[in-house]
Amino acid sequence: MSLIMLLILFPFITSVLVYVIREEHTRNAIMRIGAAITAVLTLAAAFRFFGAGLRVSVGGTEVIDICILIVEVCLAAYIIMTGIRERKYLLSFFSAIQIVLILWFEFTQKKGIETGTDIIVDKLSSVMILIVGIIGSLICLYAVGYMKSYHVHHSEVKERKSFFFAVLFLFLSAMFGLVLSNNLMWMYFCWEITTFCSYLLIGYTRTEEAKNNSLRALTINVGGGLAFAGAIVIVGTNFHIMELSALTAKRPVPLVLAAVFLLCVAALTKSAQLPFSSWLLGAMVAPTPSSALLHSATMVKAGVYLIIRLAPLLGETVAGRIITLVGAVTFLACSLMAISQRDAKKVLAYSTIANLGLIVICASVGTRESIWAAILLVIFHAVSKSLLFLSVGSIENELGSRNVENMDILMDVSRKLAVCMIIGISGMFLAPFGMLISKWVAMKSFIDSKNILIVVILAYGSAATLFYWGKWLGKLVSNGHPKKGEQHPGLHLDEKIPIIIQAVIVLLSCVAYPVISKYVLIPYLQDTFGVAAVIPIGAGDQTLMILMVVMISLLILVPLGYAPTSFLKKRRTTPIYMAGENSGDNKNFVGSGGVKRKSEMSNWYMEGIFGSKRIGFWSNIISIVLLCAGVILLIGRWAS
Amino acid sequence: MMLAVKILLIIIFTPLAGGLLTGFDRKISARLQGRQGPPVLQPFYDVLKLLQKETIEVNPSHRFYVYVSLMFIILTALIMLTGGDILLTIFVLTLGSIFFLLGGYASQSPYSVLGAERELLQMMAYEPMMFMTAAGLYYVSNTFFIRDIVNRKMPAIIYLPAIFVGFVFILTFKLRKSPFDLSLGHHAHQELVQGISTEYSGRSLAFIEITHWYETIIALGFVYIFFAADSIGTHILAVIVCLIVYLFEIILDNSTVRVKWQKALSLAWLVSGVLGTANLVVLSFFNF
Amino acid sequence: MSFNKKSPWILHYDATSCNGCDIEVLASLTPLYDVERFGVVNTGDPRHADILLITGSVNGQSIPVIKQLYEQMPDPKAVVAVGICATSGGIFADCYNVEGGVDKVLPVDVYVPGCAARPQSIIDGILKACDILEEKQKALKGR
Repeated sequence: MSLIMLLILFPFITSVLVYVIREEHTRNAIMRIGAAITAVLTLAAAFRFFGAGLRVSVGGTEVIDICILIVEVCLAAYIIMTGIRERKYLLSFFSAIQIVLILWFEFTQKKGIETGTDIIVDKLSSVMILIVGIIGSLICLYAVGYMKSYHVHHSEVKERKSFFFAVLFLFLSAMFGLVLSNNLMWMYFCWEITTFCSYLLIGYTRTEEAKNNSLRALTINVGGGLAFAGAIVIVGTNFHIMELSALTAKRPVPLVLAAVFLLCVAALTKSAQLPFSSWLLGAMVAPTPSSALLHSATMVKAGVYLIIRLAPLLGETVAGRIITLVGAVTFLACSLMAISQRDAKKVLAYSTIANLGLIVICASVGTRESIWAAILLVIFHAVSKSLLFLSVGSIENELGSRNVENMDILMDVSRKLAVCMIIGISGMFLAPFGMLISKWVAMKSFIDSKNILIVVILAYGSAATLFYWGKWLGKLVSNGHPKKGEQHPGLHLDEKIPIIIQAVIVLLSCVAYPVISKYVLIPYLQDTFGVAAVIPIGAGDQTLMILMVVMISLLILVPLGYAPTSFLKKRRTTPIYMAGENSGDNKNFVGSGGVKRKSEMSNWYMEGIFGSKRIGFWSNIISIVLLCAGVILLIGRWAS
Repeated sequence: MMLAVKILLIIIFTPLAGGLLTGFDRKISARLQGRQGPPVLQPFYDVLKLLQKETIEVNPSHRFYVYVSLMFIILTALIMLTGGDILLTIFVLTLGSIFFLLGGYASQSPYSVLGAERELLQMMAYEPMMFMTAAGLYYVSNTFFIRDIVNRKMPAIIYLPAIFVGFVFILTFKLRKSPFDLSLGHHAHQELVQGISTEYSGRSLAFIEITHWYETIIALGFVYIFFAADSIGTHILAVIVCLIVYLFEIILDNSTVRVKWQKALSLAWLVSGVLGTANLVVLSFFNF
Repeated sequence: MSFNKKSPWILHYDATSCNGCDIEVLASLTPLYDVERFGVVNTGDPRHADILLITGSVNGQSIPVIKQLYEQMPDPKAVVAVGICATSGGIFADCYNVEGGVDKVLPVDVYVPGCAARPQSIIDGILKACDILEEKQKALKGR
């Protein structure tokens, strides 16, 4: 128990320390040590409670509740004030209703509701804290190096590193709280804190764009928080329970479904699903570590985590169907829109939303196999995507641009980064890596549960995924050479270490999936569904593993492929064929009249077909209609 | 031991069969055009010649991808012909194709990059149907393993006629036949030169040819799976259908012109969407 | 055994030809002459080609291109000069811009004279070049 408390409180203490201590070297030292200790604590907690799990009820919750309430009121006051100052009245409105609801509930209805277990550590939350703790601490470490370079390049941004680092650690604390608490009130509190951290980090640069985007993110997520609060009130007043586990154990009667639906809407806003996804795209203005930590690896996973928790109540129910469809629309639309993006972070953002959509589908289909796939997707997506974000952040510092088109020289500038990038991209869509395995199981479960539409959507979304990652990969391997005299600052050690560790984790995770499956997923599914679960990829698993190992060893050969010719027989190298005279540098050809002309090849973006304007508009409309249909159906169910 | 022999036989005989089919392809194409055409064994002569020739490179890394691609394609053939998992087959096949087109990107020549981009576009065009083929086969047989799919009472084609038609449609992409030979083809393509393989010569070009032979057999292998069931007659029928489909593709190749990429993509997606969805929906309606 | 003889792939380059010979080269691919009987493929890509088939005399503009194409072809390789212009410069030999036949730039293996060269003689030239390819292959091995 004390270990759990320490796990939640330690990042908070680090956060305060980092905020207070402004001296560069001391602060960096605290950051590094803090990150390391957080990682160690996470591992300790995960292993300590992994076998038996932990269910605790905290005595004297009144004190904690009152503290929480005070913080919430302050937060709400701040948000309402911000809303009024920035003329975002919707934001103030959401926040005001929310706090009134919560206060009303707390003082009039809550008496007599006993919470048995406030904190649950089971297999799923162990996985989540491992993701948050390990990846989170790596990203915090990375932030030390990244922010140093960031402020060299962005001299116009006022330096507020202490603030930035402090918010990162504060976020870790809240995230631990979120995944560990079973008490809905506590969970809600942590939920709001993560929203607020996200807002602070997006607004870091204080430019007009950053300010607008951060306010949009805040508005949407506070709206989600409102749904969450509504769910708490419904559950509390009607069923007198305050625990998530008690809620999921209920039968799916209309009122429970209404609460579940509201919680799912909150989850959809957090996971940036359509029609709420615009905030995540806007969030890309934030410095990269926060994009990696909040907007791909952990915070957005909180939404899908909640949906996975609620999965027993989804599945065939109205709420489940609607959420599945929303996830499907998101997955397809965002996969298609990613094709038309040139900005590396935008591609990553679209891909994140799409993959979250896939996880939402898997979780809300609610069969054992699909949840198996959902949890694996959460794990693999977190590791691959944070690696990609970190690499893109460093690439931006190296090349001075994050346009995918400019990355053809990366192999020449920094081979390490390029190889890590290739590993990350491969992790997202190529064969031996976990994402694809999970997709495969997901498809199996969709067919088994007769979701034909979802199967078709998965087919098309995967094809689009293949296209945008493929062309990026192509840019990375095309042996461009930088212009003479270009400056490329090297990587900081603080950046290099986390990136390399992450790359290793990605590589390891694809071998580790049978282990994860056996020791984490199967027991979890058994606990949740009460029946023995089997590994979806059954017979032939052994041969499969051998094949996987073969494939991975082949893939590891890729980076090595850049060396071997030196010790083999020297081959004749000639200039490339340009259907005319190559002027000798492989970049120019001699045109008519003896003029040198540059030959340039750019990737296909097909804005006319996959432009985000049209697809974005229609997919938003569809998802809004779906959600409205869900509301109407639920009301109808309840009334009848 | 048995498995080792089997693997060896597959590795040796698959390209032989693929090469022979390519030889017949050239012969039949020639006859369709009123020519005599090269000997049937011409593809083998070509490859043996290429193996003897010098291999030139434009940079140290571009040849590497071709070899990796070949390895993955061989792996695909092994998985498929030993009756392995059909989804794994598709994934590894995709991996092989990805490496092939990375070779195009890596050689950096304008023509090979253009070829690689078009190849990627083609992959996006045909991938949904591949995926739905696997889904349909799983739907009717409840297993992803090819050896179980081809050992059922009824051949899968009875349940999946529309998906089969859709698959034959995208087979044109896979076999790189006109009207969908956007990325590289055996006809003269002025604007494309030789697509991805433009910068490859000698041994690496020979390996590309061998990769294509494997791919031809793998592509026809999917057709085979649709028709084979547990009686020996269906297996013979399946082989015959494979040959008919291949003949059909040759005739199509010689009687159509290349379409633009927009049309190729939208046609492929439309056909896959309509046929695939219709077939799956009908199946689920009758509740198999 | 050498397979060069059985699959000569050609790269056809028009140096400054009047297109008369080019048409005859393409005519050899048509059903009447069907040069593919011998495994000939008109590749259009120096990397794939064994025989460089040049029509027309060479001039200042085409010399660097010819040199580069020859460099880009893998060994063993042969050069066939098709038409009288490619052999000696023909009627254009005295033009201010014309350097002369292809042999001013590259070692030519087979000369196919004619204005324009007939498809029969072009095919004959290609097959002669095949024998030369074979010899070159042997020489390469011996080295």
